[in-house]
Amino acid sequence: MADVAVSHGVAGEFEPSLFGTYSKKIGMWLFLLSDSLTFGALLFAYSYGRISNPDWPTPFHKESITNATIMTGCLLSSSLTMVLAVLAARRGDRSWTRNWILFTMLFGSGFIVLHAMEWSHLIAEGMTPFKNPWAATVPQFGGTFFTLTGMHMLHVTIGVIYLGVVALRKKFLPIILAIWAIVFFMTPADNVFHTGVHVLLVGFVVAAMILFLKPKDYDAHDVEISGLYWHFVDLVWMFIFPLVYLMSTRVQG
Amino acid sequence: MHTVGAVHDDSKAQYLWVWAVLLLLTAVEVALAYNQVFQPVQMLEALMVLSVIKSVLIIGWFMHLKYEIAAMKWVMMVAVCACLCLMCVFFADAARILQLGVR
Repeated sequence: MADVAVSHGVAGEFEPSLFGTYSKKIGMWLFLLSDSLTFGALLFAYSYGRISNPDWPTPFHKESITNATIMTGCLLSSSLTMVLAVLAARRGDRSWTRNWILFTMLFGSGFIVLHAMEWSHLIAEGMTPFKNPWAATVPQFGGTFFTLTGMHMLHVTIGVIYLGVVALRKKFLPIILAIWAIVFFMTPADNVFHTGVHVLLVGFVVAAMILFLKPKDYDAHDVEISGLYWHFVDLVWMFIFPLVYLMSTRVQG
Repeated sequence: MHTVGAVHDDSKAQYLWVWAVLLLLTAVEVALAYNQVFQPVQMLEALMVLSVIKSVLIIGWFMHLKYEIAAMKWVMMVAVCACLCLMCVFFADAARILQLGVR
């Protein structure tokens, strides 16, 4: 494995990496750059609509802002636990690598649950991707909100599944199915969780394919790369939170 | 698991400090927005400056880019910043729409 520059006496083989690190990390960085452009485009489209529309609603009252702030705290704390997992993996401590990754997943799941509850409240107030109860002349408010936050929530969900695969490997598969079953059968049909939990089924299929077709022991490199993805998810929220929530606060006089 | 050769001093303390600063910056953002300290344009500028500072902390320390070689840092960051800045060219059009009187 060409993790370091190795000379085998044959010109062109195992040349040192341009970026001085292993290929998997460079690959993940390049993916994150492309994903940042995806979110950048969504945020710019949202900002464009916002600037060109003086009637943009500002419906987020104290409870919404408090909820979103707790969600931000969850993600920032999850980034810390992820860094600690990477440090544990570097020193070869398998138990604490797994434990810190599980803490990261816990914070991430907390974020998802709080965010889905926020969605439920907004939907109950009459907000859809095509209309909202606060500004009839600004139908795109719902579409931009649900697209931006939904895309981010999807990334967080994928991240939690990814971390579960790295930390627990095949033992994580029945856990995904159990969570899907519990949420699906114990929530009403019109609930956000009832519909959204199907993402876990897709995650289960993909994770099973990876774990059975390419079984391997995930090493410190893999933990570090999964950490890069997780920090990126946190980074995107650092822009979505102020632009979507903080710029639309409804403060009662 | 094999250990990755660490090329820098990985102390937990510095990550705890970064985490604490990130939480503090978040609290400042929420305080500014909730108390509506600035008008919308200035509020946006203030929030974006704080968000960029938070990004630097997350990318530099949590994502370890600070410890990578210069080529990686410059190529990655300049590329993505250039592409994001190119999107700004459309904002002039957004502001112009307000002058058109479109209903």
